[in-house]
Amino acid sequence: MTDKKEACAEGESKENLIRQKRNKKQVISGSTVLSKTYSKWFAVFLLPTLIAFTIGFVWPFLRGLYLSFCKFVTTSDAEWVWFDNYVTAFKDASFRYSFFYTALFAIVSLLAINIIAFAVAYALTRGIKGSNLFRTVFFMPNLIGGIVLGYIWSLIFDGILSRFGTSILLDTKYGFLGLLVLMCWQQIGYMMIIYIAGLQNVPEDLIEAAKIDGASGKKILRKIIIPSVMPSITICTFLTLTNSFKLFDQNLALNGGQPFIFQGETVIKTTEMLALNIYNTFYLNVNYRGVGQAKAVLFFVLVAAIGLIQLRATRSKEVQQ
Amino acid sequence: MARNLEDLKYKTSFGKTVLTLIFGVLSVIYIFPIVIVFYNSFKTNDAINTDTFALPRTDTFVGLDNFVKGMTFGNYPFLKSVFYSIVITVLSVLLILLFCSMAAWYLARVDSKFCRFVYYLCVFSMVVPFQMVMFTLAKTADSFFIPLNTPWTIPVIYLGFGAGLAIFMFVGFVKSIPLEIEEAAMMDGCNTLRIYFQVVMPMLKPTLISVGVLQTMWIWNDYLLPYLVLDRTKYMTIPIHIQYLKGSYGSVDLGATMAMIMISIIPIIIFYITCQKYIIKGVAAGAVKG
Repeated sequence: MTDKKEACAEGESKENLIRQKRNKKQVISGSTVLSKTYSKWFAVFLLPTLIAFTIGFVWPFLRGLYLSFCKFVTTSDAEWVWFDNYVTAFKDASFRYSFFYTALFAIVSLLAINIIAFAVAYALTRGIKGSNLFRTVFFMPNLIGGIVLGYIWSLIFDGILSRFGTSILLDTKYGFLGLLVLMCWQQIGYMMIIYIAGLQNVPEDLIEAAKIDGASGKKILRKIIIPSVMPSITICTFLTLTNSFKLFDQNLALNGGQPFIFQGETVIKTTEMLALNIYNTFYLNVNYRGVGQAKAVLFFVLVAAIGLIQLRATRSKEVQQ
Repeated sequence: MARNLEDLKYKTSFGKTVLTLIFGVLSVIYIFPIVIVFYNSFKTNDAINTDTFALPRTDTFVGLDNFVKGMTFGNYPFLKSVFYSIVITVLSVLLILLFCSMAAWYLARVDSKFCRFVYYLCVFSMVVPFQMVMFTLAKTADSFFIPLNTPWTIPVIYLGFGAGLAIFMFVGFVKSIPLEIEEAAMMDGCNTLRIYFQVVMPMLKPTLISVGVLQTMWIWNDYLLPYLVLDRTKYMTIPIHIQYLKGSYGSVDLGATMAMIMISIIPIIIFYITCQKYIIKGVAAGAVKG
């Protein structure tokens, strides 16, 4: 009798256990009931985007990867050539040049844009009069497209430089500085908005407490404000870095890579950045399309790697709140 | 003590006034490039070249000539480009907002390996630069069984290429919505379509605005994708047209180019001033989630 009871109890507790497990599973994976009901609606909810995503991204990406190992003029006459395109790409002096030029530009613009944007955001959150108006003005250039921006600034730079008998198209140094000024003008407003959002999240009482304890303004900035806006710094540095690497429209419109230098047979366009170099490889000489695609794959690996490394590096400095 | 405190107050308010003044001057400098383009659009070509920064004088002022010239310059009416730009941007953004929010909700709610795979593929697509797919994308668009190289069909490509960021942002938000709301709606006998359109979608409004703003800024200003995909003999957008005015002619008509740049900027500025609250909020919210 007691045995039976025990067995019964055991069975019950086993059932309980199973039930508990099931409950736990439900909690972990959200609601399984909802999941099951919704999953029947695949064709309505997911399929349209999935088809477009395949046309607009997945298929071109895979096909591009394949074509980077081929010699081709149009996509139908592709002929597998292994790593030939990659070897040619690495041997191309203009590609190497534009890589270093882009890297230098990315670093300089990263520092310039972020330091200025942070300073402006910091000043505008001190409660000065007209903050909103200033914010509106500084953000505005962001809405203007790269091509138009390039032409606006080429007008201005040529207006200044023509007085000294030169032009932005004639001097690499001015080309670099010009593009830097343009990018600062365009991006400071955007980054400023992100920094302002970050600065508004800094706990006010922490700053008060530090002030009472006699911490200097500099120390408060270094020890409290900067660590708490670290997420914003992560995003802004990520955006400015990848934007500079992917820069195309502004480069094309401002100077299109001029001035050119001739090194034997290769032409080096001294202000040509990576994206423009790849574009020119594709469309200026149809026999180099495979090389262009190989360069594009290298470019993708580079951008993805920089993005990941940089995210990791700054994320580790973020404080948990 | 009281005096010191007043001193301090005076000092900080003085500092604030100085800052306001400095920023006032900076703001004027900041919008100066646009002002220069504006008054140059009323000058003769020679005057733009030789004396860029001078205001129009009686001998260099040409009234609206540049605007009239620019409208038809290069055998393609500028207003046609404006029209196609509007068509492409509006259609694409609407498609993205509707389908990506639906897809994101499905991905966030349905628990399967396939869904997780699609989600990670979307995140991955955000780090792929356009140059990687530009050639094959243009070819795919031409040879697809419905040609995707017209302003009416190119939104499909924008939906595909813009899906990564949109789905990433929507999924982030959907995951913060408690399941109980949808469970309650289901208990009350709502079917899936009604749950989504009447319960979930209204809650997505802040993210819809955010995604809408970011995608509009991108698509309206995009140059390379429509340049490569569209059939350029028939269709141009504003950035393509401006590049065409300036780039492919031996003799550049600077006056006409300035006028067209002005025409393309003015609607953006008006749009920005009227919706700036949403735009700035949208950008800030979008970034924090990224």
